[in-house]
Order: sequence, then C-alpha cells, then structure tokens
Amino acid sequence: MTGTIGASVKRREDDRLLTGRGRYLDDLDLPDALAIAFLRSPHAHAKINSIDVDEALQAPGVVAVYRGSDLMAIHKPLAPKVQHPMLKELPRYPIPCEEVHYVGEPVAVVVAENRYLAEDALELIDVDYDVLPAISSTAAALAEGAPLAHSDADSNVAVTLTQRCGDAEAALNSAPNRLSGEFRVMRGGGHSMEARAVAARFEPATGQVTVWDTTQSPHYARQQLSMIYEMAEDDIRVIAPPDVGGGFGPKAQFYGEEVVVPWVAMLLGRTVKWVEDRQENFVSAMMERGQTHRIEVGFDDDGKLLAVRDHIEHDQGAYCAGLQVPSITTSTVPGPYKIPNIHTELYACYTNMVPTSSVRGAGRPQAVFAMERMMDRIAEHLDLDPAEVRRRNLIQADEFPYRVGITFRDGSPLTYDSGDFPALLEGTLDKLDYERCKRERDQARAEGRHVGIGIAVYVEGCGLGPYEGAKLRLDNRGKILVTLAAAGQGQGYETVYAQIAAEAIGVDMDLIEVVTGDTGRIPFGQGTFASRITATAGPAVYNAGHQLRERLKDTAAHLLGCAPGDIEFDGDRATFAGDAEKSVSLQEIARVANIGKHGITLPKGIKPAIEVSSYFAPERAAYASGAHAAVVEVDPDTGGVKVLKYVIGHDCGNVINPRLVDGQVIGGFAHGIGNALYEEPVYDAEGQPQAASYLDYTLVSAAEVPRVELFHLHTPSPLNPLGAKGAGEGGTIPAPAAIANAVEDALRSIRHRGGVEDGRPDHSGKQPPGGRARHRLEGDADGARSATIQRSPRIDYAPVTPHRVATAVREAGH
Amino acid sequence: MKPGRFTYHAPRSLDAALALLAEHGDEAKVLAGGQSLVPMLNFRLAQVDHLVDINRIGPEFAGPKVTGDTVTIPALVRQRVLERSAEVAAVLPVFAAALPQVAHPQIRNRGTVCGSCAHADPAAELPTVMSVVDSTFRIASARGTREVDAADFFQFHLTTALEPDELLTEVAIRVPQPGTRMAFKEFATRRGDFALVAVAASATVDESGTVTACRIAAAGVAPTPQRLHDAEAVVIGSTVDDEAIAAAEAAASAAVDPTGDIHATAEHRRRLTAVLVRRALAEIKGDQS
Ligand SMILES: Cc1cc2nc3c(=O)[nH]c(=O)nc-3n(C[C@H](O)[C@H](O)[C@H](O)COP(=O)(O)OP(=O)(O)OC[C@H]3O[C@@H](n4cnc5c(N)ncnc54)[C@H](O)[C@@H]3O)c2cc1C
Repeated sequence: MTGTIGASVKRREDDRLLTGRGRYLDDLDLPDALAIAFLRSPHAHAKINSIDVDEALQAPGVVAVYRGSDLMAIHKPLAPKVQHPMLKELPRYPIPCEEVHYVGEPVAVVVAENRYLAEDALELIDVDYDVLPAISSTAAALAEGAPLAHSDADSNVAVTLTQRCGDAEAALNSAPNRLSGEFRVMRGGGHSMEARAVAARFEPATGQVTVWDTTQSPHYARQQLSMIYEMAEDDIRVIAPPDVGGGFGPKAQFYGEEVVVPWVAMLLGRTVKWVEDRQENFVSAMMERGQTHRIEVGFDDDGKLLAVRDHIEHDQGAYCAGLQVPSITTSTVPGPYKIPNIHTELYACYTNMVPTSSVRGAGRPQAVFAMERMMDRIAEHLDLDPAEVRRRNLIQADEFPYRVGITFRDGSPLTYDSGDFPALLEGTLDKLDYERCKRERDQARAEGRHVGIGIAVYVEGCGLGPYEGAKLRLDNRGKILVTLAAAGQGQGYETVYAQIAAEAIGVDMDLIEVVTGDTGRIPFGQGTFASRITATAGPAVYNAGHQLRERLKDTAAHLLGCAPGDIEFDGDRATFAGDAEKSVSLQEIARVANIGKHGITLPKGIKPAIEVSSYFAPERAAYASGAHAAVVEVDPDTGGVKVLKYVIGHDCGNVINPRLVDGQVIGGFAHGIGNALYEEPVYDAEGQPQAASYLDYTLVSAAEVPRVELFHLHTPSPLNPLGAKGAGEGGTIPAPAAIANAVEDALRSIRHRGGVEDGRPDHSGKQPPGGRARHRLEGDADGARSATIQRSPRIDYAPVTPHRVATAVREAGH
Repeated sequence: MKPGRFTYHAPRSLDAALALLAEHGDEAKVLAGGQSLVPMLNFRLAQVDHLVDINRIGPEFAGPKVTGDTVTIPALVRQRVLERSAEVAAVLPVFAAALPQVAHPQIRNRGTVCGSCAHADPAAELPTVMSVVDSTFRIASARGTREVDAADFFQFHLTTALEPDELLTEVAIRVPQPGTRMAFKEFATRRGDFALVAVAASATVDESGTVTACRIAAAGVAPTPQRLHDAEAVVIGSTVDDEAIAAAEAAASAAVDPTGDIHATAEHRRRLTAVLVRRALAEIKGDQS
C-alpha cells in the first residue's frame, strides 16, 4: 500500500502546477464576465464631500458605476472575526459613504467590458475630499492630544487587554537583576503570488449566486454574505478554486470587495470578475506585524527568570478586522520558559493604514522578538552563554501538560500539551555545531570581522478550534471522495488528506480523491488559518476514514457471505481473507449500496448510501515549538548582513508527510527572513504608503533566502488521534529574533573608548559584555572614564535593514 | 495596472522610426526593451498616445561592435548581450563587472543598454559606468544627427539630452589607454535592485605606477551619476597608496550631498559612497577587498 501516514509522498498538485496547468481564479472560464475595478482613496483620512461619476458612466465600455451610497442594501459593517467585549468597534463598510480611513480604501466601483476600460473610467471619477489629519504609527495614535483616526471615535485605542499571572510588579521590584528594552517590529505583508480575486455568477432561474473567491475561509465568507444579503446560506455557493496562489493569512479575512462583487452580479444579472492587481494588493490586502514592545525582565544571578512585564502597542490599522493577532501576541511572550510572574498589557490602536490581521506567524514573531532579545540581554548582563541562559529557564520534558498561567486566544488556559524544549534546543545547537561556530566567530573577530550567533526559541499555539470536518463517500465509480470544507492555497491538501484517508481506510491512496473549499459540497467549515488544518481536518478525515472502512467491510462481508473481520482490501477490491476469487470491487459495493435497484428492497443486511462525515473539535489548541539558530556576518561599513549558517529545529508533533513539512518550514523561513532583514511597507507621517511596489517593498527572492538546515523532533500531541500539530508558521516565527540576536552579537566587538574604536583583538575569545562593562564602570570612581565608554550597537528593530544597522553603529559612536 | 489606450507602431527601419517620432513628437515614446517603460505605463505613471517600438529597425542594431579604438553599442544591444560579450570584456571588462548587478537575467535579456541610458534612473548602473569610460552618445532625429558626452547627456532624474523626436542610436566608447584599470562597486538591498549607492572608477597608471588619469562616478547620490572630481584629483599623481585611498574616501564623502529615503538615510548614502570609493580604488590597486 502506498502513501500512508509518514511517507514523503510527492504532491499530487505539483505536476499541474509546475507545468503551468494550474487554474487560478483569473483562469476560470466565465464567458462574458464583466470586469470590476475599484476606485480607492488616495488619502489616509478624509471626509468625502461628493463623488461625481457622470463622466465615468459615459466612458467606453462602462456598464455601471456605484458609490457606497448607491449600494445602501449592503451598507453594513463587516464584523471583526475575533471579538472582545471591551473592543471599541468602528464600522468597516464595504464602501464607506462619508469618511475614508486609509489609502486604498474603496470609494467607488466600475463595471466595464474589460479591466482596461474599467481603469480608464476610474480616472474619470471625481471625488471631492476634505483631507483630515492622519495617524500612521501607534506612537502617534497614543500621543497626548493626538488627532483621531476616525473622526467620530472618542480615542484611538481599540482595546486594552491585560494578561496576568502572579505578581510581576512585586517580583520585578525584588529581583536581584532587572533589565528593560524597547523593541519595534515593523509591518509586513503576506504577498501571495496570486492576489485576492472574486468572481460571481447569478442564476435568476434559481435565485442562487455562485461566488468564486480566493479566500482561505469559504464557509466564513458564505456565512457573512448570507447575513449581509439576507439570503439563505444554500442560495450562496462560495467556491475557493482548487488552485489558489498562496494565502498566508490575509485571505482568511473578509473584505468589502467580497461583498460588493457578488452583489453587483445580482444587481446586473451578469457574471462579474474582480482580480486584485499588485498595486491594489499593496494598499488594500491586510497586513500585520506592527508592534512596539517595552519589556522588562527580572532574574536572579543565575539568569533564572523571575518575572516579565511587557507593554505592547499593536497597530490595528484603520479598522479592527479581528483581535486574533494581538491576543496571540500576549500569550506568546512567555514562550518555552518557566516564568512565575507574567504581566502583559496590550494597547491595540486604530491608525490610518490598511487594517491588520494575521500574516503567517500571526502576532507570534513580535512576542518572540521581544522575549528572545531580552534573553540575550540577560546573557550579556551576566556574562553567560545565551544558550545556557535559555537552558536554565526551559520547561522540562516531564512537565507537560504545562500551565503557563495565562489564557490563549482560543479562550482556554494557555496549557502546552506536549513538547521537549531542551531536546529541541540541544538538537538545534548540535546541528549548528554551536561550539565550533563560537570558536569560528571568535577567530573571525580576532581578524577584525564582525560575526555573530543568534538563537531564538518559541512555542506556537496551533491547531485551533472550533472544529473542522470531512465527508467521505464511496462514489459510484468505486473511488473514495474526501471532501474538506477547508480550502488550500498550495499546502498540498489533495495529497495529505488522501494519505490520511488511505491509512484509515486501509486502501491505496490512488483510490482516493480530495476536493476542498466548496460550500456546495459540505455544509460546515471554518477555514485554513492558524496552522490548524492538519490537527483538525486531519483527525476528521482519519475518524471518517475508520467509519468508512467499517461500512465498506460490512457491505463486502454481506456480499461475500463472511464476517466483516475477514475482509481485506487489495487494490480496488475487498477480499475474503486475501482470496482474489472471493472478492468484490469497490464499484460493485457502490452498485449495491449506493445505486441499488429502482423500487427494489435492498438485499438483507446491506445498509444504504456509503457516506460518512465527521467533525473534529479539539479540546484546546495544540502547541508546536521550535528553535532557530543563525550565524551572520555584518559589514558595519555598509550595514549589510550576510547569513552564514541557519538551522531550524522544529517540532510539529507527528508528521503526515515529511517532505511537505520541510516545504512549509522552508517557505515559512522565507517569510521570516523577509521580516528579519528586508520587508517593510513604510508609511509616512501623513499615512501615505512609501513602499507600495516591489521596487520599494523589498520582498525576498530566492537569492535572499539563505540555505537552511532542518532538525525535526516529534512529540505527538495528545489532543488528537493523529498526534499532529501545525507546521505552517514555525519557519517564520523566531527568524527576526534569531537574526537580530546574531546581528547584535556580531556588533558586540565594536566598542568605544574616548571616541576611538576599541579594536583590540580579543584572543581570549570572550568579549566583555557591553552592558556589563558600562555597569561596572559607572560604579567606578573614575567618572570621566566611564562617560567615554559606550555600549555596543543595539538592534532594537525588525527588519534589521542595512540603514538600521548603520544607524545603530553610528549611535553607538562608531 | 493596465496601461491607458495608445497606438502601437513597429517601424522597420531607423528612418521610419525617426519619421514617426518627428510626426508625433511629445505624444510618442520609444519602446526598446520595455523593462522600464512598460511598468510605468501599467502603473499609469506615464501615458502615451503613440508607442514607437524600435525592436524591428534592423539587425545591425543588435550587437556591440569593437572596431579599432572604439566599442559601439547600438540601440538594440540587450544588457545581457553586452554582459556576455567576450570581445567587449577584452577591452572594457568593467561592463561584465557592472551588468550582473543590473536587475535579473530575465530583465537583462530584454532591457537594452541604450534604454537604460535613455531612461536615466539616478541609481542605475550603466549610466554610472558610462560616466567613467570615454563615452559618446550618438543621437538621431529626422532633423539630423548629433553627439553628446556623458556629462551633457545625463541632465536630471529621468531626464537626458534627448529631445522628444530623437533616438539614441548608439553609445560609442573609446577603448581605454594601456595601463587603465576599472572597478565597479555597488551596495543594493537585494540582489538585482537598483543601487543604494554604486561607484565606478577608472585609473590609468604609467610605467612607474603613478596615476595619470582618473575618473570616479557615483550612482544613487544625485539626480544624475555624479563625478567625484575632488576624489579623482587626489588619486591622480599618486600610486593609489593607502594614503591616497583614504584621501579619496574623505573627498568623496565631502563631495556628495545625497537625499535620504526609506531605503537609506542621507548619512548612510554618504558613508556608502566613501566606502565604495575606497573599495573600488583598492581593487584597482590590486587588493581584492
Ligand atoms: C524588476 C526590475 C529590476 C530592475 N533593476 C534594475 C537595476 O538594478 N539597475 C538598472 O539600471 N535598471 C534596472 N531595471 C531597469 C532595466 O535595466 C531597464 O531595462 C532599463 O532601465 C530600460 O531599458 P529598456 O531597453 O528596457 O527600455 P524601455 O523600458 O523600453 O525604455 C525606457 C525609456 O527609455 C526610452 N528609450 C529606450 N531606448 C531608447 C532609445 N534608443 N532612444 C531614445 N529613447 C529610448 C523609452 O522611451 C523610455 O522612456 C530593472 C527593471 C525591472 C523590471
């Protein structure tokens, strides 16, 4: 039998994808589809006085032009995906009528014969705006007397969330050592190769509308549409095409365009298609990451953590599309460490920039950045090896389930289900050859080069609820059809779920077909996000597979006149104990149980319709974990950073297909290295995007992603029958922290004495830590001397771009 | 990201192209490799009524020629062709050094050398190299032909000496004197990006090892490639010793007045200029650093 759980089966999808036969939304053959284009606000914050569409309506090929005020039937706020009772919600309309709150917000829509003509018409729409002051950072949002991001709000704070365990205040006050740091993680986007797209066709005869949508969550989209349109769910069919060019989070959200496009199809009775182009994607697809952490740690002289307190500002963007990201951040701060006293305080702020939501990593990279930067500062302060400081604080393998003492975003107490963090760290360090890397670093330093090592460890809540489902059916051709609600965007669902079903049923995976993401095929589902599908849809398929196996055996046993326990599967046949003479094919089974004979009673004992469905609802989130280790060389003259070596240790529990997990981890790492070193959708003080094309938004290409070595550990999750956790985000999460740690370490050899570089080669191989040296000297009687000693450059930002490195070096007085 | 409406012309000769440009002047644009123009049209940063595609004006425009003491690069020489030309590399190896840093192979396969010069992006590599070699820009229009040198050709950000009815037919470069060494150094955020700063340098030394001529130009620090005359002056007469290099570095730093943007502060660009001048001169001297 081929293709069972644990085998590195090649992806079924790849043949068509690699030979250019993938069919993305824009490839769907929708005859006579009209093109839709959106006019978007050029201002970050402005009052709309009037919109004149007369000229656009006269333009060649234009079929219709609508403003928000022309579409009042759908002028309803889009609900945040994750709520909080304290959230000060501000309405996000599909097309606002009165005020715009970010550059890129739709203000009108043109329907035309093709996209060229639609774009020509956009230029003819005349909008009269009163420009209002804009907020383009959390610092600006929270500043005293700050203008309001929304004129009718009473503050820029969307919500304040506090998580507490023990008494961090008291513990910090009594801690023998206390360090604080301020870290900023910049915005970053998902940048899927296929941008967003929606097409819709209305069938007046049935009153049904079919919506093709590149969404990660077709069932969520249908539910929202049904509420907004006040239509029955069954009259709306949302299909995520089988080939969607990447999701990464932004497509798990629900957008105004998804409301407008099908509505326009119904208004006009015409098939319509909107394909977001890259220019729109830059200013309207949700982003993430923007956070500032002011973090303080208390620890004893051995480096053992006593308390952490983190004050977090989160950039929510112009609207709150959901609070998942900041709430994940607050519960990710403690990570793999035993910390008796924890206090996180989060301020989610409205700003006049594209709304934020999850992007691969979803709030975790920021938390890990703050915590792991502090772990290095502790090591520096105590003159300890950074790996050793981590070792001393890790939760041990025999301490699971481990209760952290705070709450996760799924609503349950943050309880790590399983893991082996010490083995993960040691395995990663071994793979790196840590001792050798340290020697080489010290040797390089002696030669005047700036080489550094960075480590970052994390825990990732994944496999979130509420549930995911699967429908398995013996189809009348004798194939087994696995239907998932979840929609894939390149993860390899057609392969992985065939593997799981094959294992559960006990047949060859060639007999199994997988379809995904179509609300017309399965009624309930949640969607692909939060590294959850293997741990939720996986068990659903597995359980359904077992049920289907019993149904097949039962039917075959009746047909062959034996006991179900005697049935064995061989190819597409069910046999009596392997005897080919006494066997029936799956198709024959289907003929009897599914097709039957019109009006004739089923043979005795045969149960009708071989179809099972199963929904799996995890008790709570599972926790994957990982450790990244990087060796970098920094050129302080240019600010350039070169990654010399990178190791990822990864534990996502039991693995269904190791090749696919490697792909996820390495792909995730590409996102991580982008966040660590390159990507930043800069906004200026007026809220104007400054990096809204790939000329300025330095997305990584293959040339920028360094080679990475992987190390896997598998501690099964006890929370689902597969023992699976999530693998989609681990490559991303700690990369910015590991890189920043390594860069700061590399620059540790730069220190100053009276304005002259202290370039002494240090043959001891041990660098006196910057913070410590200063600390010691400040207590020195020789005050003048201490004043001229400066610390080594500090890396407080992600991404660590060349000019930030250069600035850090300069600020350190180099 | 769809261009506005335009009329597309594909003339079959230089004269036909020039006639179209004469006819449509301001309302026409030359299309060469399209690697800068097409994105600008798609972004609707540029709107044209007539696109004059010169790709079919004749095979004689497709290859570089090395004749006697001149290398000519006609209008349709792709960047990749120049990069791989062994004949050119034998006399002007600086192109093979600079071109791999221009965009990506796919883009260099289409993008032309003349197109890059005509486009005149202030952070582009080729105009910078053209500013240190002995280059002449040969320009034609229905009105006649004329020649300009690099200093006059590059006028401002995306602006050259070309009039709307003119075509850059070729760049002619004099083969450097014996004893000339050149270097090209760049710092860019990603591979294939336009330079944050790039420096091209050329020095001619006599038998005693003393520099008799030197040109240094930087990209990314001014609206056009900027010649660093003060840095050149300290190198001329020296043996490119450490002292001269340090002086050139300081002179370069003092000479540039870059503006900052989201990719680099003005200060960082100034520092990069100095560092790259140092590295270019060190390479010329023979230290591989
Ligand atoms: C992703 C990407 C990355 C890039 N990176 C770089 C880089 O790192 N460095 C760099 O220097 N460039 C870069 N480029 C630009 C590339 O080098 C272009 O090829 C070049 O700038 C223009 O050459 P072209 O032949 O494509 O000209 P076109 O795009 O066809 O034309 C550009 C302009 O020049 C005019 N023009 C072209 N030829 C002539 C002529 N013979 N006479 C008169 N006018 C003419 C056109 O009318 C137009 O205004 C990049 C481009 C892309 C798409």
